[in-house]
Amino acid sequence: MEITLTHYLVLSTVLFAIGLIGVMRRKNLLMLFFATEILLNAVNIGMAAISHYRGDYTGQMFAFFIIAIAASEVAVGLGLLIVWYKRTGKIDLDQMTSMRG
Amino acid sequence: MEVYLYIALFAPLVGSLFAGLFGAYPKMLFTGVIASGLLFASFVSSAILLNYVLTGHTVHVEMMTWIAAGDLYIPFGFVVDQVSVTMMMVVSVVSTVVHVYSIGYMAHDKGFNRFFSYLSAFVFSMMVLVMSDNFLGLFIGWEGVGLCSWLLIGFWYHKESATWAANEAFIMNRIADLAMLIGIFMMYWNLGSLQYDVVFANVATLPMHIITWIGIFLFIGAMGKSAQFPLHTWLADAMEGPTPVSALIHAATMVTAGVYLVVRANPIYSEIPDVGNAIASLGAFVAMFAATMALVNRDMKRIIAYSTLSQLGYMFVAAGLGAYWVALFHLMAHAFFKALLFLGAGNVMHAMHDELDPFKMGGLKKSMKGTWIFMTLASVALAGIYPLAGFFSKDLILEVAFVEQHYILYTVLLLTAGLTAFYSFRLVALIFHGNERHLEHGIHPHEAYSFMLYAMAPLAVLAVIAGMVFKTPYYLMVTNLLPAMTYHIHNHTTFWIMTIGTQLFVIAAITYAYKKYAKAVKVDKKVESGLLYQLLYNQYYIPKIYDEVFSKPYLKLSKLAWKEIDLKIVDATVDGIANVIYQTGEKTHTMQNGNLSSMLRWMVIGLVVLLVLAVAFTAGYNAVNLQAM
Amino acid sequence: MFEAIAFYLFAALTIVMFTITVMTSQALYALTAMAAGMIFISAFFFILGADFLGAIQIIVYTGAVMAIYAFGMMFFDTTRNVVEKRSNPRFVVVLGALAAVLVVFIVLAPIVTTNLNANYPIDLAVGNSQAIGMVLFTKYLVPFELAAVMLLVAMIAGIVLAGKKMDKSLTLMTEEDIALMHDSFTHESTQEEAH
Repeated sequence: MEITLTHYLVLSTVLFAIGLIGVMRRKNLLMLFFATEILLNAVNIGMAAISHYRGDYTGQMFAFFIIAIAASEVAVGLGLLIVWYKRTGKIDLDQMTSMRG
Repeated sequence: MEVYLYIALFAPLVGSLFAGLFGAYPKMLFTGVIASGLLFASFVSSAILLNYVLTGHTVHVEMMTWIAAGDLYIPFGFVVDQVSVTMMMVVSVVSTVVHVYSIGYMAHDKGFNRFFSYLSAFVFSMMVLVMSDNFLGLFIGWEGVGLCSWLLIGFWYHKESATWAANEAFIMNRIADLAMLIGIFMMYWNLGSLQYDVVFANVATLPMHIITWIGIFLFIGAMGKSAQFPLHTWLADAMEGPTPVSALIHAATMVTAGVYLVVRANPIYSEIPDVGNAIASLGAFVAMFAATMALVNRDMKRIIAYSTLSQLGYMFVAAGLGAYWVALFHLMAHAFFKALLFLGAGNVMHAMHDELDPFKMGGLKKSMKGTWIFMTLASVALAGIYPLAGFFSKDLILEVAFVEQHYILYTVLLLTAGLTAFYSFRLVALIFHGNERHLEHGIHPHEAYSFMLYAMAPLAVLAVIAGMVFKTPYYLMVTNLLPAMTYHIHNHTTFWIMTIGTQLFVIAAITYAYKKYAKAVKVDKKVESGLLYQLLYNQYYIPKIYDEVFSKPYLKLSKLAWKEIDLKIVDATVDGIANVIYQTGEKTHTMQNGNLSSMLRWMVIGLVVLLVLAVAFTAGYNAVNLQAM
Repeated sequence: MFEAIAFYLFAALTIVMFTITVMTSQALYALTAMAAGMIFISAFFFILGADFLGAIQIIVYTGAVMAIYAFGMMFFDTTRNVVEKRSNPRFVVVLGALAAVLVVFIVLAPIVTTNLNANYPIDLAVGNSQAIGMVLFTKYLVPFELAAVMLLVAMIAGIVLAGKKMDKSLTLMTEEDIALMHDSFTHESTQEEAH
């Protein structure tokens, strides 16, 4: 039983869906960050798989840069989260309503 | 000479624009004076041109190219020849007089400046009409005249009846203009040009039925402007405008345009004598028809208006029978005494505080001597008594009808001449003679400003001498261009019997009018309740018929369109669109509740939509491209 | 065969771990499950022959990112659960799945329909790490440098944001408060100088 590109892409799809569900249902800001990590990783799997099955390094390069972006996102995002928490004592998404017009 | 041509043409335009600058301001005397002065300049230039034309020359200029597209080439060209110079003289003389007169007549009107702007524009349009060297230029003047008449008839726009009359005049003219435009199109289609000289040189080469149709369509256009039956109702209603405007419309600038068109297009009508006969018959009918309506009318200005209608009928009889120079001659003579008559009526109106019913006047000859003399003079001229202008022009038309052996037309015209004399002097008698009925209404008449009377004087002089003095030189000049036909009754006895008989008949009519109306006015109830009287008094019920046949169904149709189509379809659609947008906003404004979580959710929905679109478009694009390959 | 077993095993594990991350109400569980999921994902990279990527995945995610999250969580009161109101869970699931399928479809479409040429073909003669390095430092040098700068900026941002005085918002404070704060700050520094 051969594992094809399709298998990987299906897996990638499933993980991406899980990530999106998390983005949409989570109200805890920290958990939201986790969900975005899942999204990025789902894409990474797809990239690596395509790279492998097409015999091309480009996919791996993209995955590499995505990891770099994910790392910096965590650094900045978490910093902001900490500032927010210091000011309000909350990390609840529903209570961040300062953007209401 | 070109300079004089341009002065004659554009001086009224300059006057109009100048007066128009101050249109929104209260009365400024100088606008009237300058407009009149420019008109006088136009008159002087016309006179110089007339002198030039009398020596046997014509002036033809091409000012600039107007339309040049493909084979279509229409220049702004102007021609001063024997016919147009006659018209120019008539127009400029009458207009100058009317302008000067208006300075006095409109002295207390708020729209003084505006009035002069319109008036000069009116004259300018007429000048374009008569001086153009092609049919399209004529049509521009034609439309300009229509527009200015609309502006001037509706000059007192706060009066509902005035705006109604203005619209009526405009719409009736529009109907006729459409026919005229069709005629012009047919001409261009078949001859490839609209220049008079080209058209007239080649018109004989066309098949008979095409010439006939062109002639008919052009004449329908002329019918509208010259208010021939059945498009005549606007002329009487146009009396809603200020009286100088009526004088201008009737004498110089509007109704004569139709006659001018037929005279100008004489090579076309010479080809189709049958249409000419129809025109003559219609003219005779209108002459009679209008005269009978004038017999019983109780509105001073309307009586004069019907008289114009009647005289236009005479002109069309002459034109239809091929006596184009006679038609133009009567046009000229008529212009002088009709303008005089109207301006006199204006004086009377002023004196009577805008009272128009001659039955409420009477005995005015004491207080308004000048006006009395002028109006009597004009009426004598209109009736055609020797040696005034009307005698020479009108009796000539009778002779034409006789010589051409159209005895029915002759009889009708003769009868109409009697009617004309009767209603003219009925009016004069009612206004100037008898007891002073107006005193009951508490009106104390006074004569108009003396300069207004001086302004009218030239017209009076012309009304007296135009026939006698001008006939021969005019004939010699104008027959260079128009068919030179002389109408002599060879049998001397017949000639003298006819002439003297006509004179006697007319004088009898005048005497009867004086007898009946000059002393005391007895209202004969029996006659007034009679069928004939009612028929005439209600203008043959034609306005009523038009109202029932055209206006009311159209009103119904409009209401139907308004209620069923406009409200239920157009408005509903527009409202529906607005409603949808409004409801969408109402429903979706909860999207912007500031909650980050729901914003994220919307973001995902938006992403899905965009992705679906991307997939769909790519698929569609590929499908099309693959097919192409 | 071995590959298939490994794939299915790790696929199942990853999905389970991430599902726990998304669904659990305990932040600590979520963190742990995610760290595990990251490690399992690196397994796919190894299976796919992207050894370097697998190593990076473990080092960066499990080593650095998860550590930062763990430290970050120490700031928060994780014992106190955020009350998460859930609305319309089915809608969320359907929407997420749809978006995922579409993304994959779009990414996949050009690969399936047309014959893409490999820009940088995999050379089996050299090891994965070496080959990655060669491509990275030749063809992708500029993006690599940019990524480095970006990481530096992110690091500074993280330090600043989590640092002192950031608990007060200058934009939300009144002028007097700012002046007061500024005074106390200068006062402290003069004191330090005095020492």
